[in-house]
Amino acid sequence: MKHKQKLVVLGALAAILVLAYLLIDVGSHWDYVLPRRGKKIMAVLLTGSAIAFSTVVFQTIINNRILTPSIIGLDSLYLLFQTAVVFVAGSETLTMMNKQLHFIINVGLMVLFASLLYKILFQRENQNIYYLLLLGIICGTFFQNVSSFMQMLIDPNEFQVVQGRMFASLSNVNGDLLWIAGAGMVVAVFYFRPYIQYLDVLSLGREQAINLGVSYDRVVKQLLVLVAILTAIATALVGPITFLGLLVANIAYRLLKTHRHVYLIPGAILISIVALVGGQLVVERVFSFTTTLSVIINFLGGIVFIYLLLKESRL
Amino acid sequence: MIRVQKVSKIYGSKTVVDNVSLDIERGKITSLIGANGAGKSTLLSMISRLIKKDGGKIFVEGVEIGECDSNELAKKISILKQSNHLNIRLTIKDLVSFGRFPYSKGRLTKEDREYIDDAIAYMELKDIENKYLDQLSGGQRQRAFIAMVLAQNTDYILLDEPLNNLDMKHSAQIMKVLRRLVEELDKTIVIVLHDINFASFYSDSIVAMKDGKIVKEGHTEDMMDSGVLEHVYEMKIPIRMINGNRLAVYF
Repeated sequence: MKHKQKLVVLGALAAILVLAYLLIDVGSHWDYVLPRRGKKIMAVLLTGSAIAFSTVVFQTIINNRILTPSIIGLDSLYLLFQTAVVFVAGSETLTMMNKQLHFIINVGLMVLFASLLYKILFQRENQNIYYLLLLGIICGTFFQNVSSFMQMLIDPNEFQVVQGRMFASLSNVNGDLLWIAGAGMVVAVFYFRPYIQYLDVLSLGREQAINLGVSYDRVVKQLLVLVAILTAIATALVGPITFLGLLVANIAYRLLKTHRHVYLIPGAILISIVALVGGQLVVERVFSFTTTLSVIINFLGGIVFIYLLLKESRL
Repeated sequence: MIRVQKVSKIYGSKTVVDNVSLDIERGKITSLIGANGAGKSTLLSMISRLIKKDGGKIFVEGVEIGECDSNELAKKISILKQSNHLNIRLTIKDLVSFGRFPYSKGRLTKEDREYIDDAIAYMELKDIENKYLDQLSGGQRQRAFIAMVLAQNTDYILLDEPLNNLDMKHSAQIMKVLRRLVEELDKTIVIVLHDINFASFYSDSIVAMKDGKIVKEGHTEDMMDSGVLEHVYEMKIPIRMINGNRLAVYF
């Protein structure tokens, strides 16, 4: 019961922030302002949910609470692709490119890469899941280095365009993409829904999960594909933002104090929406757009991360 | 009955379990003994499908485990490994409730709750059922995990060194509980043990392994023999009779 109450409070807080964001200083031109703000809020709801959901699932699968899906290198791949387009075809191509096509290529690349990683992982039986993380870190670092190499060579003006993509931003989300992204997420979650019931048991670890009748390899593989799809969609929509997941997932664990994903996942999603809408309000109202959302998120996320590290080492 | 037929496990070039065949009788406690690295835990893990076998067949009540649905198998056979480290914080009751997962997939019915309460009561954990696992002593923790296996309500229970890190009192307590499970609830228990005296006092039959092979198997009285044990452990182990039980004096 008390978990439900906490969720209700979180939901109310999220709703208040969303309304505040939509209605502050709305003035007389609300018919112009509201749709523009509504678009941003839609983007927040989509990315916030996707990131929170995928991080909680990912952390449950790997039984580790300080890693996020970015460790398998999806963010770096995203940046590499942006850089490569500018490097090969120039910044006009990147900015003028058909938005839907660009989005679908981005998502496709990231999901393809993740599937390749999983394929390598699950080819050998009883492969340790940490092997996947290690491979992901190596690939991620490789992508990063290739990107930096190309960024060194391109024209500084061109680099500015790339730099603009390095940080998550809600300001230039394309309205048409929201529908594609939203539909993609709904389809993905709906398709993989049967596997979500296994999450509670998976948090007991591999051996207990098998003992309790979970077809471990198959379930984990499906859930990892879901994580990759959600992370890819969120990243392609607003930019690299997976660090947010660390923040919201850990706040959800501390706040709800339960192992049950029925509460953890909605909790993390609501906290994520609160953090993103709150962060965007601060960006727009306090800093008047002089900073970006990811700076705020990374700043807060960094503090939480250090706190967690210190706390873990004390145990 | 569990029937193990010519089962092997190979890691790289090392054969850990080598063409082992074994029948495990119903309603008995069977102990697996042998030196470190003899393949006991690996064999147990293969029987419980935690690791895949590289050859051979394993039948649980006539059904090959590879061909059986994993969820159905979880209603017949359960395993408890020696390291029960958890990354999440659970109360005893939460943990025991997980034992009902093969039946209810997390949505507990009235029947599930009865099984959970019975298991907790059977392991004498009722008064501390809402305590967190990390607040418990080693013996209480081990009992909590056995309660979870009880809630799972399987005919076969496999235990991998359940006495690890337990003192004499708790070790004897756990073994007495296992004995009761066999006699009162007609469970079949297979257990990996390091202390052969626990095997001698509490089990019906003993399987001795060495270098991935079964050296000898038989009734406890026949296995607790200086000659047999010397062959298994490569050390002199005199046997003394104490109150009708065979005690190995290997110190």
